[in-house]
Formats: sequence, structure tokens, C-alpha cells
Amino acid sequence: MKRGRAAASRGALLRWTVLATAIAAWQLTTRTHPSVYFPPPTDIARHTHTLWFSGPPTHAFLTPAATENILPSLARMTTGFVIAAIAGIALGTALGRSRRAHALCNPVLQFARAVPPPALVPVFVVLLDFGTRMQVASIVFSAVWPVLINTADGVRNTDPLRVDVAAVLRLNRTERLRFLFLPSALPRIFAGLRLSLSLCLVLMVFSELLPGTANGIGFTLTDAQSRSDLLTVWAALVLLGALGYVLNTVLLAVEKRLLGRGDR
Amino acid sequence: MLRLDSLGQGYGDHPVLHDITLTVPDGQLLCVVGPSGCGKSTLLRTVAGLLPVREGTVSVDGAPVSGVPDRLAVVFQDYGRSLYPWLPVRENVALPLRRRGLGRAERREQAELMLERVGLRGAGRRYPWQLSGGMQQRVAIARALVCRPSLLLMDEPFGSLDAQTREDLEDLLLEVHESEGATIVFVTHDIDESVYVGDRVVVLSAGPGSRVVLDLPVGLPGKRDQIATRGLPEFVALRAEIGRAVRS
Repeated sequence: MKRGRAAASRGALLRWTVLATAIAAWQLTTRTHPSVYFPPPTDIARHTHTLWFSGPPTHAFLTPAATENILPSLARMTTGFVIAAIAGIALGTALGRSRRAHALCNPVLQFARAVPPPALVPVFVVLLDFGTRMQVASIVFSAVWPVLINTADGVRNTDPLRVDVAAVLRLNRTERLRFLFLPSALPRIFAGLRLSLSLCLVLMVFSELLPGTANGIGFTLTDAQSRSDLLTVWAALVLLGALGYVLNTVLLAVEKRLLGRGDR
Repeated sequence: MLRLDSLGQGYGDHPVLHDITLTVPDGQLLCVVGPSGCGKSTLLRTVAGLLPVREGTVSVDGAPVSGVPDRLAVVFQDYGRSLYPWLPVRENVALPLRRRGLGRAERREQAELMLERVGLRGAGRRYPWQLSGGMQQRVAIARALVCRPSLLLMDEPFGSLDAQTREDLEDLLLEVHESEGATIVFVTHDIDESVYVGDRVVVLSAGPGSRVVLDLPVGLPGKRDQIATRGLPEFVALRAEIGRAVRS
């Protein structure tokens, strides 16, 4: 389990080397065989910089294009993720505590989970019309299931001996949630949150690709595509990849901090 | 005082305990022994109010048991599962103090005092899984004692510890029993252990439908000592008698 610090940093070095090599290979190929469709990474990087990150220091180096497109996207995604996480954990805990409720709801949950999330978007377009409400609703309804199902499973599978201990210690409902069921389900909850986070990113972009959107990273993509501005398309793709990576890393760090305190 | 009156217990069609009648006076340390699978744990879980009584009655201080009785504590065999691994040792021990309405500082102080009492001074900030098995079971004992229980149930508490640790904990148990004066029901499959720690030993027959086959007071002279006591002729005789009852 415990690896040495040196071994860990060797592993990190290796991972970054693979990435760097891939980029270098891409650079070399696009330089030797120029193509309009595949610009070299250096051009993409320069374009990303001028497009979004060459603003004044007072605006954290963000250009107006960045504040008008990246921030709204992030806001939609974060709102959706937070609502999905809270709703998923709350409903999942309730379901996990009641054997009957779980048995009754399980088929519905499995069905809801099996529906490919982007397929729900047209439903919300009809219900809520185009706009931020529709986008956030699409994100929430896609991202809530993994958290909900994982939380319910985690709570349901709490060690029965630990439940007996809570009974003998006469912990009340709130104390049982706080000291037993939630900490015991936490690894499963985080497994759900990680799945939800990637779904949030997918749904954020997808809902912004639709007409009726005036800003966002997804909008930047369709807009650039309609102007045949391939460099911006590539820049948006790189930005989305980086965003997904950073958000996942943040979530992992939170998880590590919360779970580092117990083997279970 | 703990009273079991013609207690019958079982799961579905499967009888586990049959017609158990026992009275445990205040302050007694009663050992329950029997072959494995005879329902010792079921007996304990029934007294703890974790299993509903099927036949007969169980009463603590005259009140029939329904739900977990007041001032009851339990030490389980599996310390690794019974302690909450996500809470530091001190928080584990302080957990039962919450329902007493004490402030945070006071809970912490009492937990630390109890940890000191079981020989774990300074271990409060560590996590259970950072401690050895014997130390973890000491934490479980501290958690059980912190509320000053009048009835303490122990389900093979030392069964998974090595011999030396087990002896240390047996002596710790005798010491706390003397100072706290709680009634203790101690379930074990180890005949030597039952004679060494018990004031009285009850033997259950092999299941299904176990009953009491022997009820024996342990009158050993002098203070218990791991070497000397186990060599006494009285100790050897009691052990033989209980051994025969368990095998019968």
C-alpha cells in the first residue's frame, strides 16, 4: 500500500513522459505533413493563449472571450454537480436505510441509469425551453443516478455488527448518520461522485451544442465549427480535456483527505 | 439484577435456546461456556435487546427487556469491526457519552481518563487500526466502561488475541470488575478462562435448543494470579468438571 516517495515521483515522471512524447510525436508529424485539419500542438497552445489567457493581470489573465464562455460553462457544471451530489447523497441514504424502499425503487433506478444521459436533453428542451435552466436540469438528471445508486449501496452494506454497536451505544438517528452510515458509505459515495463529475462535463458540453445557447465552451465549439475555425475547435477540445483532468484531480484530493483517516 | 425466566430463542424453525432460567445478582461476574454454535452469542444478543425475546422473559433490575436496556454496555469479539475506524480512539470512547448531554471538552476528558484506566494513556489521537489487537480491545473495553454501566456483556472478547495479551486483559477485566462493581456476563469457549475470571460458570449444552447443564460457583482462595491460581487443585478440579459438562 505505502509506496516510497521516490517510487511515487518516478511513476509520475513516467506518466508525464508518455504524454510529452505523444505531443512531441504529434508536433513532428504535423510539421512534416502539414494539414489544415490537424494543426500542430504549438499553434493550438498559442491560439489557446491568445484566445483566453492573454487578458490583463487584473482579470487573472482571462480575456473577455474566456470570462464570457468558460466561466458560464463552469458555473452551469458546478451548479449541476452540487445539486446532483446533494440530492444523490440524501436520496441514496434514505433508500439505503430502508430495505423496502430500495426493493421498490431498484427497477426504476436501474432503468433511469440505463438511459443514455444525452437522450434526456430533448425532454428538458421540451419542458424548460432552451437556456440555462434546461442545461442545469439536464446535468442534474444525468449526474444524480451514479451518486444515488452508489450511496444507497454503500449505506445498505454497512457492517451489521457496527449497526449493532450503534444500537447498544444508543446513538440517535442523526448520530447514526454522522458517525456510522455516511462515513461507512463514503468510499462508495466518492466512486459515485467521480462518475457523476465526468457525466456533468459531458452534459455541459452537449447541452451547449444545442441552438438557443449564446455562450459556453460548447457554444464556442459549434460557433468555431460554423466558421471553419479549426484552431479554435482544437483549443476548445484541449481546454475541455484539461478541465476534466483538473476537476477530477481536485475531487481525488478531497477524497484522499476524507478517506485517509481509516481503512475500511 | 439480571433475570432470565424460561427464555426460549430461535431463528425461524430453528430452536437455539430452550428454557433458560438464570438469575445473576448485582456485581457477579458470570461466565457462560459451551460448545461452539450452542447459542452463547444469541443469549447475549437477547439480553442486550438486539434480538426480541421469543419465549419467557428477560428482565434487568425488574424491568422486562424490550430494546437496549439502560446502563448496558457490550464488548464484542471482533474489535476490528466494533470500533469505528474513521474516528480517532478518543472519539470512539467518547461516543456513548453523547446521550448524557455532556459538553465536548468534558466528553473528551472522560474518554482520556478511561483510556488511562485501561492502560492506553496518550493513545487518544490515534486511529484504532494503528493499534495492535490487544490495544484495540482495550479501547473497546474503555468505550464500554465510560458510561459506568451496571450490566456489561462480553462476547468472547479475548478469543482472537494471543495468549500473553489475553492474560493481561483477563487481569485488567478482574481489576475493573473489582473497582467498578458492574454485573458482567462473560461468554467464552475457553474453559480455563471461565474458571479464572468467573465468580460463577454456567455451561450450555450443544444445540439445537441448548439448555443449562451445569451451574457452578467458583470459589477459589486468594487473589487471582495467572501462574499460581491456575496451579491450584481447586482450579484443576473445577476445570475438569466444566470440561466434562461441555463434552457431555
